[in-house]
Amino acid sequence: MLATIPVLVIVAVLVFLLLRITPGDPAAILAGDAASTEQIEGIRKTLGLDQPLPVQFGIWALQMVQGDLGESYYYKVRVTELIAQRIEATFSLALVTIVVAVLISVPLGVIAAWRFGGWFDRFLMGFSVFGFSVPVFIVGYLLVWLVSLKLGWLPVQGYKRIDAGLWPWIQHLVLPAITLSVIYIALIARVTRASVLEALGEDYIRTARAKGLPESRVLIKHALANAAVPIVTVIGIGIALLIGGVVVTESVYAIPGLGRLTVDAVLARDFPTIQGLILFFSLIYVGVNLLVDLSYVVFDPRIRY
Amino acid sequence: MAAVDADKYAALSVESADVRPQETAWQRVRRNLSVRIGGAVLVLLLAIAALAPWLGTVDPTMFDAGSRDLAPGVRGEMLTLEGEVIQHKFHFGSDSLGRDIYSRVIYGTRVSLFVGVVAALVSLLIGVFCGLTAGYLRWVDGILMRVMDGIMAIPAILIAIALVAMWRASLVTVIIAIAIPEIPRVARLVRSLVLTIREEPYVEAAISLGTPTWKIMLGHILPNTIAPLVVMGTFIAASAILIEAILSFLGVGLPPDIPTWGNIMAEGRIAFVQFPHNIFIPGIFLTITVLAVNILGDGLRDTLDPKMAKRI
Repeated sequence: MLATIPVLVIVAVLVFLLLRITPGDPAAILAGDAASTEQIEGIRKTLGLDQPLPVQFGIWALQMVQGDLGESYYYKVRVTELIAQRIEATFSLALVTIVVAVLISVPLGVIAAWRFGGWFDRFLMGFSVFGFSVPVFIVGYLLVWLVSLKLGWLPVQGYKRIDAGLWPWIQHLVLPAITLSVIYIALIARVTRASVLEALGEDYIRTARAKGLPESRVLIKHALANAAVPIVTVIGIGIALLIGGVVVTESVYAIPGLGRLTVDAVLARDFPTIQGLILFFSLIYVGVNLLVDLSYVVFDPRIRY
Repeated sequence: MAAVDADKYAALSVESADVRPQETAWQRVRRNLSVRIGGAVLVLLLAIAALAPWLGTVDPTMFDAGSRDLAPGVRGEMLTLEGEVIQHKFHFGSDSLGRDIYSRVIYGTRVSLFVGVVAALVSLLIGVFCGLTAGYLRWVDGILMRVMDGIMAIPAILIAIALVAMWRASLVTVIIAIAIPEIPRVARLVRSLVLTIREEPYVEAAISLGTPTWKIMLGHILPNTIAPLVVMGTFIAASAILIEAILSFLGVGLPPDIPTWGNIMAEGRIAFVQFPHNIFIPGIFLTITVLAVNILGDGLRDTLDPKMAKRI
């Protein structure tokens, strides 16, 4: 748990070095291709690039800690402001995806473990290999083509903010969330199956069945409850996959979120924005996993911090 | 209750029947169904990649303004670089620049397989070096593994995207950018294997005989890490192929004139409503390739590394 802070420091150093280890003048890279010599000189001054490297890192890190991610060279606004403008779309997408994925994958994993080796188990394992292999954007375009273009059931692309009404919001999120959840479902279902399978081999399951508990209660209260820790762990680790998927999914569905912003920033070579987004995403990832670690107390009372 | 137990024991007996004592690891691998299926598909794809020029393709970068946006199976004309007009059947249609999609998809096989294999080798090479060092030289361990933790805290695609943006895309930079986020996983695996193996009696014996450290690392420890590394390398190759396609698809990967599946799909987005096959055909090739590599990896894991197979 305490390891969170060193990890974040290392991430900050890596993101900082990303620009400095690049061959060429960081000021020129930051300024972009069309910048004049004065602009480059100005950037050199503000970033303190004439100072030694540790001093530069100190200045930069101090800004970051104060929540200042710098100014976007492309959009000409603070990076924090850019993130604030676009976080709603990404947060909605991620939230709906996680809910959909957990609601689908956990029951599937439990059933597969219950009928270990049966046709359903084999089907789910097959699906999970497929889920890991099919690219997010293929699923996305397949769904757009089938559901939106052929059947005309849902809007093709775009995003509606939640204050425009709950229904339009959901309508625009259904396909992206399904797209994004495929790989996540594959991952969680696999781990659920493995850990429930392990729990089912324990003596207390035999006891529960021997005293005549209904099978559903044995599976949920006894097997799944004891298999919860690895499942929440993988949900946390899967956030990395989810962030990668967000970048692609938002591009496919033209959702103006952080993922789309990342791609635009890379295309515009807008380095302060790229740096800010990487830091932000990593912070979310590490933060979620910290919460996951803390939640073990709830899922397994034997664990104490 | 009885049903579940019976299933379990049945599974156990199948497993024990599956391990024949005299069998070498290689024979076990060859007998595995997943390895056979995945391997067969990959051999086929390798053949396509190698034989690309003789499969009725034209130069994949060649375009003809008169043959833009053709439907699959339509005949059209192409102007070669020599200024010669040739008749050509566009099996998969043509893109908005008038390039033959069939030729681009076939040649794209080369890029995908190359990127997958080389990215896996690069990350294995660097990861093994880091893992051996961290596992054997204890004073390096702390710093090196913290750096690895840091890299792992950044989602892989973001690292790749940022590095490519920094370096500008070429085949070399894309491969390195894809390989870097995979290094910590390899390093962790190798480190944990080294920590177990170094306690083995034969390593102790080597130390007491005065064998130099580098010789112990390369001669005694490294050979014992090969099986899990082959398995991991296969999975890295699968994800490298996927990430390369994602980078190209987003327009931040290899330059658009290089025929990669991701680039074909990126181009296909423009006319997706009329010509969905411009995205779906390379998409099917991509999915089959990654699926084959993953299935091969599953088979290799089950046969070479039963301990890892048990974990998930």
